[in-house]
Amino acid sequence: MLNIEHLTHTYGTGAKAHLALKDITFAVEPGELVSIVGPSGCGKTTLLRTMAGLMRPTGGDLTFLGNEITSVPEGLAMVFQDYRGSLFPWLSVESNVRFPLKRLGLSKADLDARVSESLVAVGLTGFEDRFPFQLSGGMQQRVAIARALAYRPKILLMDEPFASVDAQTREDLEDLVLSVKKKFNMTILFVTHDIDESVYLADRVVVLSKPPTFVVTTLDIPLSDNRDQIETKEDPEFIRLRGEVARLIRHPKSDDVTIPVADVA
Amino acid sequence: MALTASISTANRPRASREPQSARRQWWSRFALRWIVLAVLLALWQLATMAFPSPFFPQPIRIFERAALLWLPGPNGVLTPSMLNDVLPSMGRVLLGFAISVVLAISLGVAIGLSRKFADYVDPIIQFLRAVPPPALIPIFLVLFGTGDEMRVLLIAFGTAWPILLNTIDGVRSIEELKYETATVFRISFVSRLKRIVLPGAAPKILAGVRTSLSLGLILMVISEMVAASSGIGFSIVQAQRGFGFPDMWAGIVLLGIIGFLLNTLLTVIERRILAWQRSSGRETA
Ligand SMILES: Nc1ncnc2c1ncn2[C@@H]1O[C@H](COP(=O)(O)OP(=O)(O)O)[C@@H](O)[C@H]1O
Ligand SMILES: [Mg+2]
Repeated sequence: MLNIEHLTHTYGTGAKAHLALKDITFAVEPGELVSIVGPSGCGKTTLLRTMAGLMRPTGGDLTFLGNEITSVPEGLAMVFQDYRGSLFPWLSVESNVRFPLKRLGLSKADLDARVSESLVAVGLTGFEDRFPFQLSGGMQQRVAIARALAYRPKILLMDEPFASVDAQTREDLEDLVLSVKKKFNMTILFVTHDIDESVYLADRVVVLSKPPTFVVTTLDIPLSDNRDQIETKEDPEFIRLRGEVARLIRHPKSDDVTIPVADVA
Repeated sequence: MALTASISTANRPRASREPQSARRQWWSRFALRWIVLAVLLALWQLATMAFPSPFFPQPIRIFERAALLWLPGPNGVLTPSMLNDVLPSMGRVLLGFAISVVLAISLGVAIGLSRKFADYVDPIIQFLRAVPPPALIPIFLVLFGTGDEMRVLLIAFGTAWPILLNTIDGVRSIEELKYETATVFRISFVSRLKRIVLPGAAPKILAGVRTSLSLGLILMVISEMVAASSGIGFSIVQAQRGFGFPDMWAGIVLLGIIGFLLNTLLTVIERRILAWQRSSGRETA
């Protein structure tokens, strides 16, 4: 569905050039929840922005549903880390969710149904007429998720969406992602720097190295579909997997990080 | 008038949970606004009675004159002063102001969105905004004659700058992420203008409109003091020349009342438009 092949990106040119992404290859299949995990500053946002068509990478091939990504493709939605910045504070909760749907040419009834269904799914019924400033951070991020859900994207990109909410809220929102994924049979690409989160949510984890960044490995997560914040995280398999991801980030087994020949000699 | 207006808006709390105390607060605000004003008027009255002077008539006399000049007759007939002075003045200031609001916001949005355009027009704007509009009256007289066009255009010109500059500022203050969100959802340019650019810039734009409103009244009066045959400014000058000091004072009081009413109207509009802000009780200019 989404294919990334040998993606590279360098910010700036000349002496100031910064190789943010060295070589990224992976794919997302329909119905999957793939998480991308990597240390802060390794280029996760850069990667997601190129996939969303918000910027062009300096090299590599990106395709979505077989088409090269040159601008934002139809059927893609994104939830940003900075929910405060990505919501429209002058629109009510309901209007925020409704705004992107206007151009889709839905009937009034369909529109209303989608909006209320999404707000129900994220647990925001009764808050339709509030303005974002009247909501907590976690609730604001729920609005952003509801907005993406109502849009019914073929793929949903999420960029560290829960990095700035408290731990309890975070767990609730993680479970929310799992439940809406099941409910709407969504394809989700979830970026995080949190190893537990990446394993807990995913069908597959793409592990990124420190910059210059490459894909260390792609790990299948054979945990059951019914995940639970307490039980799943006690599961020996979960513990093994998170340990493995942590080790891979710390000590990537790759030719790319062998000691340069000059130093050995 | 400006004083009472700013007290009332700066201290207005948001809807309180306890109706009892909200009511009491409302009363104390009401008292502050009007009792202080009433006391000042009473002092003014006493002072003018104690030291009579033709230049400073008693407020009671002024209000008598004002009622006679402008309040409609028993069967709703408008007085000549209402028809010849107040209505033309209001027409000029509102028309000039409307032109200014539309043009300044449109231009401001264009400049705020396009760096390139901004670079082209910035020097012109910096020069024109620095010119005190009354200094342009002679030029406007030559260009547009002594009629209403000159006055309306002067008001439009003079009031455009605060709105224009604030609009530019407001549009530039909108975070890039808002536009990126719109891009991801493939939202059209027109839709962005309507739902992102204008509302995002609205707090600044409205602050500019508020500044411009008082400027508009000033320019209205000044423009009516030269080569005019009607208007409140004209009537004040006429009264002063004919030693009709109560009429002159009545005109001044009327200007205060009009300014106060327009400001109040703007506050109401502002509160509706900016209901989404954490504090929609805003400072008045
Ligand atoms: N617009 C930019 N110009 C130059 N460098 C950038 C820009 N955006 C990000 N970078 C750099 O690229 C690297 C990766 O950034 P980012 O993609 O935000 O990482 P992450 O999301 O994983 O924390 C960082 O070193 C960052 O400083
Ligand atoms: Mg990031």
